[in-house]
Amino acid sequence: MLSYLLQRFLAIGLSLLAVSLIVFLMVHLIPGDAAVAILGERATEAALIELRKEMGLDKPLYHQYAKFLWDALHLDFGHSFKTKQPVVDEIRRYFPATAELTLAAMAFSIFFGIAAGIIAAIFRGTFLDYFSMSVSLAGISMPIFWLGLMLILLFSYFLPILPSSGRLDVILDLDVQTHTGFYLIDTLLVGNFAAFRNAVAHLILPAVTLGTIPLAIIARMTRSSLLEVLNQPYITTAYAKGLPQWKVISKHAMKNSMVPVLTVIGLEFGYLLGGAILTEHIFSWPGLGSWLRAAVEARDVRAVQGGVLFVATVFMFVNLIVDILYAYFDPRIRVGDETR
Amino acid sequence: MSTPTTASSQQHTLRKLLRHRSATIGASIIIFFILVAIFAPLIATHDPRQANIIERLQGGSASHYLGTDKVGRDIFSRIVYGTRISLKVGFIAMTFSVGFGTFFGAIAGYYGGKLDNVIMRVMDIMLAMPSILLAMVIVTILGQSLTNAIIAVSIVYIPQYARILRATVLKVRELDYVTASKVIGASNRRILFTTVLPNCLAPLIVQATLGIGAAILDAAGLSFLGLGAEIGEPEWGAMLNENRDLIRRAPLAVTAPGIAIFLIVLGFNLLGDALRDALDPQID
Repeated sequence: MLSYLLQRFLAIGLSLLAVSLIVFLMVHLIPGDAAVAILGERATEAALIELRKEMGLDKPLYHQYAKFLWDALHLDFGHSFKTKQPVVDEIRRYFPATAELTLAAMAFSIFFGIAAGIIAAIFRGTFLDYFSMSVSLAGISMPIFWLGLMLILLFSYFLPILPSSGRLDVILDLDVQTHTGFYLIDTLLVGNFAAFRNAVAHLILPAVTLGTIPLAIIARMTRSSLLEVLNQPYITTAYAKGLPQWKVISKHAMKNSMVPVLTVIGLEFGYLLGGAILTEHIFSWPGLGSWLRAAVEARDVRAVQGGVLFVATVFMFVNLIVDILYAYFDPRIRVGDETR
Repeated sequence: MSTPTTASSQQHTLRKLLRHRSATIGASIIIFFILVAIFAPLIATHDPRQANIIERLQGGSASHYLGTDKVGRDIFSRIVYGTRISLKVGFIAMTFSVGFGTFFGAIAGYYGGKLDNVIMRVMDIMLAMPSILLAMVIVTILGQSLTNAIIAVSIVYIPQYARILRATVLKVRELDYVTASKVIGASNRRILFTTVLPNCLAPLIVQATLGIGAAILDAAGLSFLGLGAEIGEPEWGAMLNENRDLIRRAPLAVTAPGIAIFLIVLGFNLLGDALRDALDPQID
């Protein structure tokens, strides 16, 4: 297990190094002067000269890359030319909103996805099975940004029960002091239950939007994996012993069928980080995705560099956690088999 | 797939495909959209780019089937012309990524060794980032336009095809008829292009069909973020973005383009799934 972990850490280190190289080269791939690319067309000559000196643009490329890497390791991504703030401060400010949204979406999709998959597998071939599988096929072809707009139309226009933008109503926004940046936690910490309810209401539509496609994929995987396990002889044995169906499924079938489902969940988490960019745009959710989108639009190179490197890092560590869980569920991975 | 493709096996595949219900539905949807794209000038009732402030934000009517948007452009005509853009995006992006993916995957799989290692590590790194993030990096470098969005989407999908092709080539190059070509002295390049590659096409066709749908979806997503098609172009994702603030006043303006994207992507997904079944010799 230890050597497996070490191997995975090494792989992540190398991948991050490569991503940092791409992100570093970005500046030089933009046609024209790198300093102009970073500071924008309207930068003063003095500012340009200073930046060229700071980045060492007169020095060889490997020297510049080493400096970029050194700064990145110290979480120094420079300043955003649009807001003039240090990029790392901006990431710190916007990331909790994205994390809250992503985690809520993940919880939604795992819970309902596995439930739908189990129901479809148990009632195989019935209307329930066809219904849940057709819905999940539709879910895969659905543009997430359109789904979000339709949910807004349905639940904040035709049935005005849920808010359609932001994380809190504007009036309440001022009352919440941020400790963690997670509004669900912050509102509880200060005991402001009205704001907590408000934050939950704001979270529902974005989380459902973001979670629907992963839900569909998790449901399909759970169904097929469970069906496969249910055909195994040891399940027949369990039935033959006279165990009730719920016990056979929950105690015997589920753990073994969860391995491929877990892989899918891990893959979907990465998708969620990408999907969050679209979802945040639909719901004006003030998270990292909205921020990064605006940065790309303005070609705020430093912000894009920092943001991409940060999201890629999170993505890889999430995958690492999934791999560790995977090894926990499937002992073949941690014992002996190091061929991966 | 393990034997060279023959006329009778092609007929067999075609028969399987025709019997498949999702193939029929998927293909019908695709053919429908292709016809709409070809005959767009005949189907559209208005100029898709022509603004008309007096007629802004109208509901559906006999002159504007799906109403008008916030500058009075006819939504129905915009959707009809949008078909051209989406199909173009899907096919161009897919052609590029299949082309480069095939090239890199075939070389990596056939020659193996260091070359294989270098190519596949680069592909792994591209897969190590969420695809939309990589696309955003590319758009930052190239600047914002529909062409650049197509380039971004093409690059993002190269690794998928490269991986599939490499895996297939690895299997095929060990087969007897490849060995036979080597024995009679064919050059590596000749074996790769005339013997190995034609027998690796099945999984590639499946993935390419699904890939068109994915490319259309991703490019529409970029346009929805305001990072793709130029403002005013009748591109479905951009239309959703332009009209999303007006969702309460003109629900059709955001409903219709979304349904169009959904249907076209569903068409390619259904056909791709059916092709996978039809080309799989184990399912009969």
